[in-house]
Amino acid sequence: MNPSRLVSVMVENKPGVLNRVASMIRRRGFNIDSLSVGPTEDATVSRMTIAVHVGRQAAEQATKQLAKLIDVITIDDITELRSVSHELMLIRMHAPPEQRAEILDVVTVFLGRIVDIAASSMIIEITGTTQKIDNFVELMRPYGIEELARSGAVALVRGDQAGARLGGLGLDGAAPEGSRTGAGAAGASVTADTTGDI
Amino acid sequence: MIGAHPQPDSAPAPPLETPATAPPRRMTGAQICLESLLREGVDTIFGYPGGANLYLYRWLPDYPNLHHILVRHEQGAAHAADGYARSRRGAVGVCFATSGPGALNLVTGLGTAFMDSVPVIAITGQVPVSAIGTDSFQESDVIGSTMSVVKHSYLLTRVEDIAPTIKEAFHVARSGRPGPVVIDFPKDLQAAVGEFNYPEEPVRMRSFPPPPQPDPNQLREIARIIKEAKRPVILSGRGVLISGAEQELLELSHRAHIPVGWTLLGTGAFPLQDPMALQMVGFMGAGYTNKAVCDADVVIMIGMRCDDRVTTRLDSFAPRVEHLIHIDIDPAEIGKSVVPHLSVVADAKTALSRLLPMVEPKREHEWLTQIDQWKEEHPIHYVRREGFLQPQEVLEAMYSRCKDEAIVVADVGQNQIWAALWFNYAKPGLFLNSGGLGTMGYAFPASMGVKFSNPDRTVFCVTGEGGFMMNMQEMATMVENNIDVKVIILNNASLGMVRQFQDDFYDGVRSAVDLTFTPDFVKLGEAFGMKAMTTRRLEDVGPMLDEALAHKGPVLLNFDIDPDANVYPIVPLGKGMLDFVEAS
Repeated sequence: MNPSRLVSVMVENKPGVLNRVASMIRRRGFNIDSLSVGPTEDATVSRMTIAVHVGRQAAEQATKQLAKLIDVITIDDITELRSVSHELMLIRMHAPPEQRAEILDVVTVFLGRIVDIAASSMIIEITGTTQKIDNFVELMRPYGIEELARSGAVALVRGDQAGARLGGLGLDGAAPEGSRTGAGAAGASVTADTTGDI
Repeated sequence: MIGAHPQPDSAPAPPLETPATAPPRRMTGAQICLESLLREGVDTIFGYPGGANLYLYRWLPDYPNLHHILVRHEQGAAHAADGYARSRRGAVGVCFATSGPGALNLVTGLGTAFMDSVPVIAITGQVPVSAIGTDSFQESDVIGSTMSVVKHSYLLTRVEDIAPTIKEAFHVARSGRPGPVVIDFPKDLQAAVGEFNYPEEPVRMRSFPPPPQPDPNQLREIARIIKEAKRPVILSGRGVLISGAEQELLELSHRAHIPVGWTLLGTGAFPLQDPMALQMVGFMGAGYTNKAVCDADVVIMIGMRCDDRVTTRLDSFAPRVEHLIHIDIDPAEIGKSVVPHLSVVADAKTALSRLLPMVEPKREHEWLTQIDQWKEEHPIHYVRREGFLQPQEVLEAMYSRCKDEAIVVADVGQNQIWAALWFNYAKPGLFLNSGGLGTMGYAFPASMGVKFSNPDRTVFCVTGEGGFMMNMQEMATMVENNIDVKVIILNNASLGMVRQFQDDFYDGVRSAVDLTFTPDFVKLGEAFGMKAMTTRRLEDVGPMLDEALAHKGPVLLNFDIDPDANVYPIVPLGKGMLDFVEAS
């Protein structure tokens, strides 16, 4: 299992917000495993997906401290929720013609794509869970990895109620302990896992 | 300096004549800023000009209702703004500084305000927008440098944002758990012309919702726990004072017979003379308060952080407690050090006023008798020494003259704890100090702000010779503006608290604590034009205080006290709440 906590933070799309969030995590002594920031369906809101390497208790404190930041709109520790958490990797493989077929076999199994090909190398694009990508990297290692880049995880809670829940939870500090991560979340609707994880 | 600036022909009409509903008027960014401050009810600004805020100072003389106090160091401005806000409920302190060194000199003062939840607005000049990031002259990353010591900060980049940002900044500073806010104001924006249109509607921010309402179920549960409690104790913190919940606290204590102790910053939230009163808790708290907390089956913490100065060694805090209840407006304080069994996230006054009707009247005998016995066994006391003036004697003489009328602003160190324990604070808001950050040099500049907020009260600044010298340049500000503060230097010719720690906890090796070499404070005060007196004899204390109080204006009183006077009781470092050492 991944030992880090996955936190989804909706923030105002303003300059300096990333600095505030990262600075708070550093100041409280937490280590970031990965962090991704990007736009959402609302141009004034960005979503940060942060994997922090802490236990549940410490994550709760980190979550509360982040929630206090004025530019943070909502924050959810989604580690224990049913969620889809994916990252993207670009990896340049040493791939002379005699190795290509073998590599392509693995890429096919992992539902990857070849996005660049040169005389003795190629770039492969893979998406999926952190674990899936870790597995792919291990399989590629014997062929010779030239370089790779990973995006860090982005995540969404599964199911029909997830969006409503995020909106309604707000930063309501009155919520009793634990409710920030619970609240019936996505449990009710049955969702199919269509991610094709390996 | 007001009115001293020559008026150019092109000056716009005096701003104050225009009602809020008038059509927008075009003016410079600096004027928009000053207009906005007026709309927020600001009447006093502590500041220091420099290259990057000169447009603000260019227009400041046009605003006679904004009384600007020229401090002699920006740190003094931040502390003065803190004192101004801290000593008047609902007030927000305002300070100005220029870019670079000016802004960076505010940092300690902002950190002080941040730790103690004081609403302060710092407006810092910044280099022009186009020069930001180029390491231009007197440029510093003010937003980055202050990030961890402010509640929020803004970098202005457009003229039309100035008024709404100032309105939002005041809202953020004073709402919920208050705190300092920085507005970084580039020089070119101060000069740029725009329309002044102050937003009329209240600020609504999706990322800063109003504080939550207390959960009635949790309040009912607290009432039930109080009903069944055998040995209950309330601990109150500064949150009670900020929200103005003193009366509700008193009623709760009296209705259910619950003794009340307090944190250093909570001093004054509950009257010391009340039969239900304990005293300060923790590291340097009263022995009987610590005993009560350690024996209690129910502890209700209200408006406090429960930091390490309260708990001493964490596992020694309230070991017999069956129901630890924590009420605080900041959810991040719940469970940060001690994990409560029950918590309510709400403003203290709201929570207590809703809890009160649910609490059944109750008479307690056994527990109160036990506490009275501890009070007799462990009174706070000090030991007199022939030929030496004790600091407590000075404080007692001060109290006997001013009773509950005077405000005491204490610095940091031994003087702080003596001032907390040896003055009978019977009303809220009479004791102020840098309890969280523990900023030496706080008291003297802060007391200037306190006097501006409380012109009708006697204001004492209680400090040591070390802390006083950290910001003593403000004597010039004090004298220039005839700010009527009585400065009490408890001079033990050493960094007393550090010296006490070295004596007791660091093998008795005194290292870098000797302040025998200090200036002659009488001559120093007089050099600044300040009335100043000194003594080392008890019989002089009363007459000196009488003379100082009769004088209208600042007075500096140096008391050479017993150099070996220590703070007691004290819990040795690393020890638990019940290991307190008393004066002997």
